[in-house]
Amino acid sequence: MSTEEQSLITTEVQTENTTRTDRPDETVLESRGLDVHYGDERALSDVSIEIPEHKVTAIIGPSGCGKSTFLRSINRMNDQIDACRVDGELYFHGKNVYDDDVDPVALRRKIGQVFQKPNPFPKSVYDNVAYGLRVQGLDDKLDLDDAVERALRGAALWDEVEGKLDSSGLDLSGGQQQRLCIARAIATDPEVILMDEPTSALDPVAASKIEDLIDELVEEYTVVIVTHNMQQAARISDKTAVFLTGGELVEFDDTATIFEDPADDRVEDYITGKFG
Amino acid sequence: MSTDVTDGSGPGIRGDGAVGADNATDRRVRRLLFGCAVITVLTTLAIFFVLIDNAASYFFGAKLTEMLLGASVERTVKFTEFFTGTRWAPDHATPGHGVLPIVFGTLAITVGAAFVSIPIGTATAIYLSEYSSKGVRSKLKPTLEILAGIPTIVYGYFAIAFINPMIVAPIAETVFDINMGRYSLLSGMLVVGIMTIPMVSSISEDAMSAVPDDLRNGAYALGATKFDVSTRIVLPASISGVFASYILAVSRAIGETMAVTLAAGMQPQITANPFAEIMTMTAYMVKMARGTTAVGTVEYQSLFAVGLLLFVMTLSMNLLNDWFKRRFQEEYR
Repeated sequence: MSTEEQSLITTEVQTENTTRTDRPDETVLESRGLDVHYGDERALSDVSIEIPEHKVTAIIGPSGCGKSTFLRSINRMNDQIDACRVDGELYFHGKNVYDDDVDPVALRRKIGQVFQKPNPFPKSVYDNVAYGLRVQGLDDKLDLDDAVERALRGAALWDEVEGKLDSSGLDLSGGQQQRLCIARAIATDPEVILMDEPTSALDPVAASKIEDLIDELVEEYTVVIVTHNMQQAARISDKTAVFLTGGELVEFDDTATIFEDPADDRVEDYITGKFG
Repeated sequence: MSTDVTDGSGPGIRGDGAVGADNATDRRVRRLLFGCAVITVLTTLAIFFVLIDNAASYFFGAKLTEMLLGASVERTVKFTEFFTGTRWAPDHATPGHGVLPIVFGTLAITVGAAFVSIPIGTATAIYLSEYSSKGVRSKLKPTLEILAGIPTIVYGYFAIAFINPMIVAPIAETVFDINMGRYSLLSGMLVVGIMTIPMVSSISEDAMSAVPDDLRNGAYALGATKFDVSTRIVLPASISGVFASYILAVSRAIGETMAVTLAAGMQPQITANPFAEIMTMTAYMVKMARGTTAVGTVEYQSLFAVGLLLFVMTLSMNLLNDWFKRRFQEEYR
């Protein structure tokens, strides 16, 4: 089952690679009527959305509106929560990730995630970045060295940690830790990177570095970012989805449209700060 | 507003008689609590002193206190014989004072028990912390803790009535063709190992549960399996607590008395045969303290020399534990 799934994904990657620039709005993730419940409580209600490839899609909305829940249902991190129930469909390259034959472990190797609080492992910088590769079975020293350097460069962290790859990841500053977590996520070369308020625990300077980085990452990856910060969403995203209380997707459009001329009055109220 | 401050009544912080009385109560409570803490420290020191004092009379023929009062010193048992001799029979007609056979007994039991308790205890802890559902854990963990609360003498009977005749003896007979007695080194190892499983699993599980979920999620999001997360994230991050549990289990095994006496017997010897009867340091002390030996004789005083050695062994395990905790908690914060 899982090899079939693997090969399906691989062939699609190859076709994507050849058509990347020609078809800018290719959908990589699509949800249809996605409902998520925690016990009896409804966290997402009938969410249908198409997330385009090689774009930054921002998800904004007030606290408790289901933004993070939506993110976690993409890479099935919700599986970790006992009381969580997911209904509806979520397609990754046309394959429903909630089908019985999908292995969440394989799925998460294609869809990386960066968390709100930087969470480097209590290991060296090198081992942090190499972790994902090692669990995927890569253990050749030279290949690992190569991949670790590439990932750290990709996360704009290489120059700062080049001489101290062996020191603990916990000794880095908060902003560096978060970039380390991004390096860790891109080391395994996923297609999509999910970011759950990646800058909310950082100071403004560190946060702006992450924003610049996201700008570069989108050349190679599809980025879905949950944020509390509307200015950030306006600055870095191509598309914006607005969730409101009750786990409802109210509006999804180009970021410029959402911020300048939203169709829904509630979105306008939220963006202009009337509630939320 | 300003009149409130200057009218002399104050905002109620001047205190009156009641506050003074509270302070006095406070001091009394503090002295009482301090006194309780001092009792344990004094007891430890007193035990240590009694052991050294009496052990001196085993080696030098007079207690330290007696020496201070001018008692003559004679070398009754030489240190070289005590630490290197291989025959332990202080109460025999031709006495032997080599402590090695019973030290061997204790260490063999300890190592054997560690081979049982460490793998099973660690695996149990990983299962409870990472794999089991809440419902299973809420039943399994208290059950394990009940296992820890069973009196050790009961484990001794378990060994003598079940492990030895039903498990160890049949193996010895059918596989190795050895006719075994009622006691064996192997059953001592097994029973002490089983006894210390809950100690390893319970303390290790606490350490593993304390690993923040952030780390687990970070690893799962990288496509790690549950096994990867357990062995490469949770276990390394909780290693100081896990090792602490190993050391506690080992020092418990060193000091264990009733179960090993009943399971492994009272025959001091150095042997590689797991089906042979052996004697541990604690078993020897039980035998001596039963009271058939006259107080004050060299045989009787050997009790304190062995006790002192045992005390030093468990104390060094505890110090090792402290060192280990400090050394590794720094790294993993």
